[in-house]
Amino acid sequence: MAIMEENKINGMISAINGPVIKGKNMTTFKMREMVTVGDKRLIGEVIVLEGDMGTIQVYEETEGLKIGEKITPTGKPLSLKLGPGMLKNMFDGIQRPLEKIQELSPIFIPEGIGLLSIDDQKQWPTTLTVRPGDVLLAGSIFGTVQETEVIQNRLLVPPNLSGTVIEVVPNGSYTIEDVLVRIQDGKNQVYELKMAHEWPVRTPRPNAYRRETLVPLITGQRVIDIFFPIAKGGTAAIPGGFGTGKTMTQHQLAKWSDADIIVYIGCGERGNEMTEVIEDFPKLIDPRSGKSIMERTVLIANTSNMPVAAREASIYTGITIAEYYRDMGYAVAMMADSTSRWAEALREISGRLEEMPAEEGYPAYLPSRIAEFYERAGSVETLGGDDASITIIGAVSPAGGDFSEPVTENTKRFVNVFLALDKSLAYARHYPAINWLESYSGYIKILSDWYEDNVAEDCISLRNKMLELLYEENKLQEMVMLVGEDVLPDDQRWVLEIAKIIKVGYLQQNAYNKDDTYVPLEKQYAMLKAIEYLYERGREGLKLGIPTSQLKDLDIFSQFIKMKYTVPNDDLSGIDRLKEEIDQHYEVLFKKYEN
Amino acid sequence: MKKEYLKIDKVVGPLIQISDVDDVFYGEVVDIVEISTGKVKKGKVIKIEEKNVIIQVFQNTAGLAAGNSIIKFTGESFNLPMSLDLQGRIFNGIGEPIDNGSDIFSLVEANINGRPINPMSREYPRNFIQTGISSIDTLATLIRGQKLPIFSGNGLPHNELAAQIVKQARLGDNVHEDFAVVFAAIGVKHDDEKFFRKSFDDANVMDRVVMFVNYADDPIAERITTPRCALTAAEYLAFEKHMHILVVMTDITSYCEALREISSAREEVPSRKGYPGYMYSDLASLYERAGMLKDQAGSITFLPILTMPNDDITHPIPDLTGYITEGQIVLGRDLFQRSIYPPVAILPSLSRLMKDGIGDGFTREDHAEVANQLFASYSKVQEVRDLSQIIGEEDLSPTDKKYMAFGRAFEAKFLNQGFDESRNIIQSLDLGWRLLALLPLTELDRLSPENITKYFPKES
Repeated sequence: MAIMEENKINGMISAINGPVIKGKNMTTFKMREMVTVGDKRLIGEVIVLEGDMGTIQVYEETEGLKIGEKITPTGKPLSLKLGPGMLKNMFDGIQRPLEKIQELSPIFIPEGIGLLSIDDQKQWPTTLTVRPGDVLLAGSIFGTVQETEVIQNRLLVPPNLSGTVIEVVPNGSYTIEDVLVRIQDGKNQVYELKMAHEWPVRTPRPNAYRRETLVPLITGQRVIDIFFPIAKGGTAAIPGGFGTGKTMTQHQLAKWSDADIIVYIGCGERGNEMTEVIEDFPKLIDPRSGKSIMERTVLIANTSNMPVAAREASIYTGITIAEYYRDMGYAVAMMADSTSRWAEALREISGRLEEMPAEEGYPAYLPSRIAEFYERAGSVETLGGDDASITIIGAVSPAGGDFSEPVTENTKRFVNVFLALDKSLAYARHYPAINWLESYSGYIKILSDWYEDNVAEDCISLRNKMLELLYEENKLQEMVMLVGEDVLPDDQRWVLEIAKIIKVGYLQQNAYNKDDTYVPLEKQYAMLKAIEYLYERGREGLKLGIPTSQLKDLDIFSQFIKMKYTVPNDDLSGIDRLKEEIDQHYEVLFKKYEN
Repeated sequence: MKKEYLKIDKVVGPLIQISDVDDVFYGEVVDIVEISTGKVKKGKVIKIEEKNVIIQVFQNTAGLAAGNSIIKFTGESFNLPMSLDLQGRIFNGIGEPIDNGSDIFSLVEANINGRPINPMSREYPRNFIQTGISSIDTLATLIRGQKLPIFSGNGLPHNELAAQIVKQARLGDNVHEDFAVVFAAIGVKHDDEKFFRKSFDDANVMDRVVMFVNYADDPIAERITTPRCALTAAEYLAFEKHMHILVVMTDITSYCEALREISSAREEVPSRKGYPGYMYSDLASLYERAGMLKDQAGSITFLPILTMPNDDITHPIPDLTGYITEGQIVLGRDLFQRSIYPPVAILPSLSRLMKDGIGDGFTREDHAEVANQLFASYSKVQEVRDLSQIIGEEDLSPTDKKYMAFGRAFEAKFLNQGFDESRNIIQSLDLGWRLLALLPLTELDRLSPENITKYFPKES
């Protein structure tokens, strides 16, 4: 990005307070304009203008700045360069590639490295799909580049341009800065189209219209896919205190979701977690493409010790990149871990601006910012006429694990799936520690047709029945805590036994087991169906007066708990055999009692 | 030549304000010289507004007045000289020697604030550190390069536990390593500091310890710099000199309280319990300095200790810490009261990095399963105990009675161990199996048949 400084009037630093600085002589500056600050040319953004005074949040460490150093405008809002080269890469909160930063400074991230972006030297073999005379509308596709082994980057006309093609380069290798196509609009204005174009992060990219979300995002995680499904184009929040497995769950979703593109934002989290992603993801094979899952992944990292203002920006950087791939017609899933750190960054900046705080020091505009963010998700028809979607899954880190704090409360208002992580489950190493009593999915109704058509007629009713059984078990457990299990009637004890199988054998899922880490829907359904079968056969026995202790055959029960490991994902015959075993065992047992 | 200033406009707690200042930079270090005695106090610029500057003074501001001191701007950031000679030395919270030894002379200087490590440059930590403590090694395994805090309470033996870890920690029997300890005491009692010094002596590591000490009666502004000085020394030794550094830091609670006090002196908008809104980022700027780098030797393993006010794990200090660190070791008061040492409350304890540093090739193939099973079974023990409180142990089901027995044995034999007792990981795992054998096999749903065949104790 060339920084225009010749014709611009520079401002001057007049106050410094951590990441917030004030400047004078800023009448020509625009709100939300990107600026460089001081001799080191730190990158910042104008967030308040008042008379000739301006306030700037700085995305880099401000130590060493002096009063009187200049503030240089760039003439444009904080923008990203959107083009091929983002997949398989990791960027900081303002889209600077960490790999390039590493070349400049091998260990630590220094300040004043300026604006870096996607690689502008790389030659991409390019196919142009338009001819002179073609009319290109905003957001339509004029060519393709194989960005990674599995993802084709469809070159987009920027959403604010359209016109008739007057010139096209031949197919061949080009960089993102080469002019590929020239178009002319109705006013005879000529525009150049390159592989990449810029877009301001705080402006949602337009689409043709929003559609209903009718297809689930298949994650391979039983508790999500069957019990609390997320729709493609939907929104979900994963709140949980520390140690409950938010990041683990987000990683699982990033690894196994059947989205075309994954944008993963490590927002104010641990450096080692991002390192883990870089080390692990390339080794994992996407069950659909057969290639590494890294081929479809973009990583954004603002670790907790990186500058806080860039944390605030990282969420917008992520969603803008997600929208860019959506506009090519892809189903994008975006994981933000954790949105609470983003909210806290807002709070910190707000505090430095001495704004009047609302709840717990958070600014009064927190709910509207959360709403704006989640509303950038959705299932749409793109400007180019394709079906595409963005699913947002945000982790929330409530202070003290208390879900009544402002960020969790406000997030709950704007998301449709709530996957509540539970400390006591995590303590018992029940992972994923998603509490089935507190969680909900607002998509059950609109997705039920899909489940009926694609999984099984009774899939949703089976899910409801088993969930009811878990609710019942919860009530019974309260009773057990008071009087012990032995005094319960047999039918209630049977509910406890089956619920235990659902909890241990079904809801718990082992991310480190090669079969269990990702389970196809057919197996998810078959497993639950088998548990229901055991439940129903047992109830027949209860009617004959057989006590629960007799019905609970240890061998069969232990097979149920281990079927997630013993039955291979691609051969479900083991589950049928298990049903046969139940039949054989109970037939003998029932005969005894019938006589 | 930098200007010197005579007039102090305002003194609030550790902060002073001066006006009409030119040419200072944010973060610049300031010397405040008392005219009558020539004594020098250090400070740092923390806010500049036009010509007004707010300076945070690291020593006591008592006695400062308009006119009795000269304020000199040094033109430098807060840098410390770095050298291998730091080892065996004792410094105060702003890095000045307090052991009557000479100053450190070195051409290498480092800014105590450090800079964030690029995640691309990090190496994901995978090396198991054996602490010789069964509960930690088996259930909350410490990994080289990890930041694993000890969440304690007032009066609990966290200092003993930290000292025992320093004494016993090893990577493996055959690994040659250049190992040193960086110890930061933030607002600690003189007794506690003595205890650590003695235990370093006992462990024979004193000449490999760099100590930074800020006593409880020292100025609070110095508490802000103490951990930064310590971590800067650790970074130098680990990443420049390729040593393996264990950073022990106590007490983070004093640090956070100092942060709150200064924040309130600056009249900032508070968030929870009066702590500043930036406390998460501030703590992260300490904790995230732990780690390992790709393709080079050296590591910083970070063991901060914090006392939870009122034993409340949801208090902002442990809460924010837990969100940044890679797990936590929680000490439990009820275990302590029952004379179990170390009183590690295993259910809330967790090591996030353990999953990749245990098992075949690191510890033993059954480690993950044994750990999972112990967690699950001990968690069930808590339920059974609650029940027995109501209906009495006599009326428990036979299985539940076995859980009661398992719980007692687990605490007495597994958690409990001597201050001088070191158990290797194999001993700890075998002990785990013997205890699990007190439960019926059907209750052991986390163990695989293969491992049961291989490791389950045969009836004797």
